[in-house]
Amino acid sequence: MTLQTPSYRPAAGEEAAPGSATPPKSGGLRALAQRHLSKLVVAPSFAAILLFVYGFIVWTVYISFTNSKMLPSYELVGADAFSKLWRIERWYVAIENLLIFGGLFIGISLIVGILLAVLLDQRIRGEGALRTIYLYPMALSFIVTGTAWKWILNPGIGVQQFVRDLGFPGFTFDWIVQQDTAVYTLVIAAVWQSSGFVMALFLAALRGVDQEIIKAAYLDGASLPRIYWGIVLPSIRPVFMSAFVILAHLAVKSYDLVVALTGGGPGYASDLPATFMYEMTFRRNQIAIGSASALMMLATVVAIIVPYLYSELKGGKRV
Amino acid sequence: MSSLTSALPPAQGTGARIARWSLYLILLLFAAYYLLPLLLMIATSFKSPEEIRTGSLLSLPRDFSLDAWSYAWNRACIGADCRGMAPYFLNSLVIVGPAVIISTFFGALNGYALTKWRFRGANIVFGMILFGSFLPSQVILLPMAQTLGFLGLAGSAGGLILVHVVYGLAFTTLFFRNYYVSIPDDLVKAATIDGASFFQIFTKIMLPLSLPILVVTIIWQFTQIWNDFLFGASFAAGGAQPVTVALNNLVNTTTGVKQYNVDMAAAMIAGLPTLVVYVLAGKYFIRGLTAGSVKG
Amino acid sequence: MATLSINNVRKQYGSVEVLKGIDLDLTDGEFLVLLGPSGCGKSTLLNMIAGLETISAGEIRIDQRVVNEVHPKDRDIAMVFQSYALYPNMTVARNIGFSLEMRGQAKPEREGAVRRVARLLQIEHLLDRKPAQLSGGQRQRVAMGRALVRDPKVFLFDEPLSNLDAKLRVDMRTEIKKLHQRLGTTVVYVTHDQIEAMTLASRIAIMKEGVVQQFAPPQEVYERPANMYVASFIGSPTMNFVRGTLSAEGDRLGVSIGRERNGFLPLFQAPEQAGSWLGQEVILGIRPEAITCYDPAIAAGNPALVKVACGVNVLEPTGADTITYVELNGHEVVARIKPSDRVAEGGTADFMIDMARANLFDPKTEQRI
Repeated sequence: MTLQTPSYRPAAGEEAAPGSATPPKSGGLRALAQRHLSKLVVAPSFAAILLFVYGFIVWTVYISFTNSKMLPSYELVGADAFSKLWRIERWYVAIENLLIFGGLFIGISLIVGILLAVLLDQRIRGEGALRTIYLYPMALSFIVTGTAWKWILNPGIGVQQFVRDLGFPGFTFDWIVQQDTAVYTLVIAAVWQSSGFVMALFLAALRGVDQEIIKAAYLDGASLPRIYWGIVLPSIRPVFMSAFVILAHLAVKSYDLVVALTGGGPGYASDLPATFMYEMTFRRNQIAIGSASALMMLATVVAIIVPYLYSELKGGKRV
Repeated sequence: MSSLTSALPPAQGTGARIARWSLYLILLLFAAYYLLPLLLMIATSFKSPEEIRTGSLLSLPRDFSLDAWSYAWNRACIGADCRGMAPYFLNSLVIVGPAVIISTFFGALNGYALTKWRFRGANIVFGMILFGSFLPSQVILLPMAQTLGFLGLAGSAGGLILVHVVYGLAFTTLFFRNYYVSIPDDLVKAATIDGASFFQIFTKIMLPLSLPILVVTIIWQFTQIWNDFLFGASFAAGGAQPVTVALNNLVNTTTGVKQYNVDMAAAMIAGLPTLVVYVLAGKYFIRGLTAGSVKG
Repeated sequence: MATLSINNVRKQYGSVEVLKGIDLDLTDGEFLVLLGPSGCGKSTLLNMIAGLETISAGEIRIDQRVVNEVHPKDRDIAMVFQSYALYPNMTVARNIGFSLEMRGQAKPEREGAVRRVARLLQIEHLLDRKPAQLSGGQRQRVAMGRALVRDPKVFLFDEPLSNLDAKLRVDMRTEIKKLHQRLGTTVVYVTHDQIEAMTLASRIAIMKEGVVQQFAPPQEVYERPANMYVASFIGSPTMNFVRGTLSAEGDRLGVSIGRERNGFLPLFQAPEQAGSWLGQEVILGIRPEAITCYDPAIAAGNPALVKVACGVNVLEPTGADTITYVELNGHEVVARIKPSDRVAEGGTADFMIDMARANLFDPKTEQRI
């Protein structure tokens, strides 16, 4: 998450008053309401978030310490669900898949996204159209595009058959139906979906780099690739951080993608934690174990997000 | 925003020209890679089943046919219900409309209150709301299912609206908050001295200035909620399911001969609204993405 | 029109005290300028008078009425902001009339009032435009119009000219002065620009770190600064500070600033307490225009003038006069001489110091003696 939004226009003011308009107190019930209006206005949203986010986290934590099966039970039995979770082979498959998927997805998306951003930054005719094309997958549900990808990756009718029909009968591209390669098809589709977004992030950042620096480097005789590699990319380091955090947390939460493309199969070979959780909670009647796995996901996201948010809000100080 | 290299003189010579051509070639190849799945979907949706069996993956439809579209729209079977995608498309509209309006409204109010009338702890409140945008939905699925049942909203459009409003607040608040931060506090001070009340300042000054962020937020929320699958699959039952869930059911549970053209047409139907919005207002969509991109 | 009194006003943010007991009293129609560097608390004080900030302690009265707890809109004040704070979504006319609209005034009356103010400020032709279509100076006028339309008891200005270019700033400054003369309304004006303060104020309050250093009419602040901070904040080039010892030569008190021949500068009218400083270190403050080229005709008629010979280091002609860096007994000081004076860089020349305009400061407290 990059915390900037389209801005209105910078407020001038050498001596911006700390805090903001806070009319003085005065007596009476009406005045009391008036004084706390700001809090009253935020209160419903905050209450909803407290309940539906934080309350529910606590609820899920509680459930994970019970032996709930098909229905939630509220009798605490300790950390049974967690120890069971870490004895389930399918969970290990999901974790391993997440590491493979996440690593490749983040790495390739970053490379493709940065490459496209730098290439698009070379005074390209039709830049707007190309940008629109690169980014449109983000606007579509994976349930929609997954339908197309499933068809493309299907050995019987997709790319494999197409190449064979061209006169290469030995050609094989059947990753989606193979146990040990199905997870890579997730990477292909996920990179397709998200790399355009990485491109947009980096392109915006490139456009914010001071042109004077480029001119100076050019006059010093640096070649264009050197300028990008040595000066421009290092100067937008914070964007790498943002992109990484966003991609990592997308990877942990990936669900639609798996459902649409492989359904977690063959068997459970391409399960990710998100599909594992859903399977346990709603299909296998192992609510406690499902909750425990959800908390593992939460812990992973928190480990990625909290340090990042902290540094963003702390360092940014755009208050 | 101008290109970073526009500060430099363009390179000359044959080598530079070759580099230039290969640059365009690479960019066009990538464009093809991104476009291929969509074009494939469109082309296939206009083909007949025979043509799909006999023809090539990449060929254009020979006999342009809308049969698959009309079949997908009102006759395809979603589970045992053979009324096509139409009722589910309508479900999505019914859910998306109110959810977008309500979440945007509260986002605007929160953003206003959190920036222009900061109270003690406002930053903490904002931080706690913001965290909601990163929450893996899996953590709240079960409690939410229980709560919706308790509220009598299980399986209904109302329940889904509630869910989308609550989990959309993080984004809408973030958008408005960051936008309002850049509007000078002096405007609020001036209006206060002029005698405008809290809500008068909001409606007469802040809202009229909010059009850009309003568009960004509405497009963002519309896209997110329309494309949602997890909540729809978890909390909506049978006839109340949104279009993405129906599509998934259609594609993954068809018995008998697989009608790929119908699958593709159905996928296009489900994807068209957000695609159209993207084409018409892509600029605002991108702003939303770069402002706080988190997809559930 | 109104009086304004500020009694022992304090402001705290948490444990940080931004204003440390401010006391200011304004009679009706006065033009008070709050002057100081950024962070001195002047804007905070203005916001407190406006009612945009709460008052931690003390009280503020407008026309004898304590307004600590009164909502800004009920204080009968109007404010012009540095950023102008024009509502971008409204036309100029609606901007000016907004406060009347909020007070429920009928449309015809409102339009009349807006028109009257627009005529006064010569912005009638702009009434249908949006702020974005205006130049900086025009926005400034609209902002003033918005303040004028209600005919408030007190006008508050928060650095209203600092976003204008130099030429326009001077014009608007004059215009504000004329407006004040014409309307006679009490004004509180915040700025960090000493020229604005000098030209506009009936009294200046110079602030530093939340404390008022001096509260006096401009000329007094200039000639008799309360301390070295005030002395150096006002006037350009700044006042010369020369370290020396208070000593006596015969029956005359003076400051010795070196062992050489013109090391003794006799004081013209020694301050009463000066006697007790005899033999102690003091700081002599002399404004650059009090050091000029020696002219026997003038010196003869004015006993306060002391002749000194100085080495000339650098000349900086500004047109109207020439800023000259000279060596006064090992101290470099700045003199303001006439362009016609024949002085060469690197040479030596005779200068005269007007000791009647000299100030003495305590080197430890930096207060005026």
